[in-house]
Amino acid sequence: MPIVSRAVLPIRSQEDIVRVRQAARESAVAQGMTLVDQTKLVTAASELARNTLNYGGGGEVEIVRIEELPRKGVRLTFLDQGPGIPDVEAALRDGFTTGGGLGLGLGGARRLCNEFSIDSTPGKGTRVTIGRWR
Amino acid sequence: MPSAAGQTVRTVLVKYEKEVLAEWIRLQLAATTLRGDLMKENELREQSRDLLSLLRPALESGRFESLESSDWTQVKEFLAGVSRTRGQQGFAPTETATFVLSLKQPIFDRLRNEIKDAQALADELWVATVVLDRLALFTTEQFLKTRETVIQSQQRELLELSTPVVELWESILALPLIGTLDSERTQVVMESLLQKIVETGAAIAIIDITGVPTVDTLVAQHLLKTVAAARLMGADCIISGIRPQIAQTIVHLGVDLSEVTTKASLADAFMIAMRRVQAKLPTGT
Amino acid sequence: MEKIPILRMGKFLLVTIQVDMHDRLALQLQEDLTERIVAVRARGVLMDISSLEVVDSFIGRMISNIAAMASVLDAQTVVVGMQPAVAITLVELGLSLEGVRTALNVERGMALLNELVAAELR
Repeated sequence: MPIVSRAVLPIRSQEDIVRVRQAARESAVAQGMTLVDQTKLVTAASELARNTLNYGGGGEVEIVRIEELPRKGVRLTFLDQGPGIPDVEAALRDGFTTGGGLGLGLGGARRLCNEFSIDSTPGKGTRVTIGRWR
Repeated sequence: MPSAAGQTVRTVLVKYEKEVLAEWIRLQLAATTLRGDLMKENELREQSRDLLSLLRPALESGRFESLESSDWTQVKEFLAGVSRTRGQQGFAPTETATFVLSLKQPIFDRLRNEIKDAQALADELWVATVVLDRLALFTTEQFLKTRETVIQSQQRELLELSTPVVELWESILALPLIGTLDSERTQVVMESLLQKIVETGAAIAIIDITGVPTVDTLVAQHLLKTVAAARLMGADCIISGIRPQIAQTIVHLGVDLSEVTTKASLADAFMIAMRRVQAKLPTGT
Repeated sequence: MEKIPILRMGKFLLVTIQVDMHDRLALQLQEDLTERIVAVRARGVLMDISSLEVVDSFIGRMISNIAAMASVLDAQTVVVGMQPAVAITLVELGLSLEGVRTALNVERGMALLNELVAAELR
């Protein structure tokens, strides 16, 4: 799908997480998403940005606005070179209520998005991509 | 690297741009398909002039086997814009395509004047035809895509407008749903109910599904999510009008309604709601 | 250093969250509120989140924590003004905000707090 705009933001501090939320919001608004869809995307982005910072040791996010009329969407890719997630399946299953898990909220973020993919290698890092359409 | 074919087409557009433009505009104004009611002559002249001026440099690059190369980006952007505005003005897609196609005649006339060799003429005519056909098709494609976008947002607006949320009493809202619910409609309707709850400060919302013949898992889930969301916000929901068939479906689907107050009829639900509101029972999680 | 202001209204404390908080600020609010509850012997906390456009799991946990801590300190908590989009998202996320009472607006919230406190005295 054609890319309309692209931006890369660093995730190295808590203030950066706030900036990621704002950037995700702006992109969602620009693509004409409803308020509820915007909120879902921004909330998912917030979860993943926090993971990147707290679990991944910091990293970056690429925010891309894509369009193939009549579909318009936003895709975010979170990248870190942290410890990686040893059992992705388990991490996706863990909810917030199960205290034992990593508490990464990946399952929740996935439910909020139309598109979700995760690539993680223990010792190398993690890449999570989410997307939401109008 | 400019190819040899199309050389004369390019030359014609450079040498005779003014004449081609004048002839093209004349043809458009004389056509039976002209929509003088939708567009003023000035605008037509301007659009024609702009397209021609963008066409020349694109052709000069020599790459016209496909419109994918970057040389055609500006022309495509311009045509996409024309499609959009013409679509909004009310033109039919064929009328917009004709805008591009009618450019063939003036170009063909000039080519016939310039080229005496039959084969060379055939080659150049072919190049001109291919380019203009592709551009016309692109225009139609863009037109349809834009229309899709407009239809989608109109659909959503219609769904939102047709949501009949009724204020039964102070603090009590009712949402009588009628007809078959699909996932999208249910979502829009539920979001609108939550919004109404905030706007009216309602304590209780009654969702009545007497007029809904069937409910599938997705719809049932949306209903439950709406009830949960309302509770999070500080309001309560009652679902009324669950007919025997729907009750069976819900149990069969394994949907858990134990957390939700359900009543057979809207009237029953209203009575419960009144009692709650008058007793000023605390609401919320 | 920026802080979320905490207002006192009789025996209640009122907190209005109007900024997009970073995590540190949220944790600071938790601390400050706990201190104030003890300092003024507050009986209730009203948290106004009507300006909050995003409530993710961290903020959700903060809200739950505040309610839990207040409860230990013998104060009731009511959260008011949750936006529909936020509520829908929280449901989707699976965050139930267990143990947190909510009301539609400040007026309702105050009424609820008064009832809860009165109920305790019976």
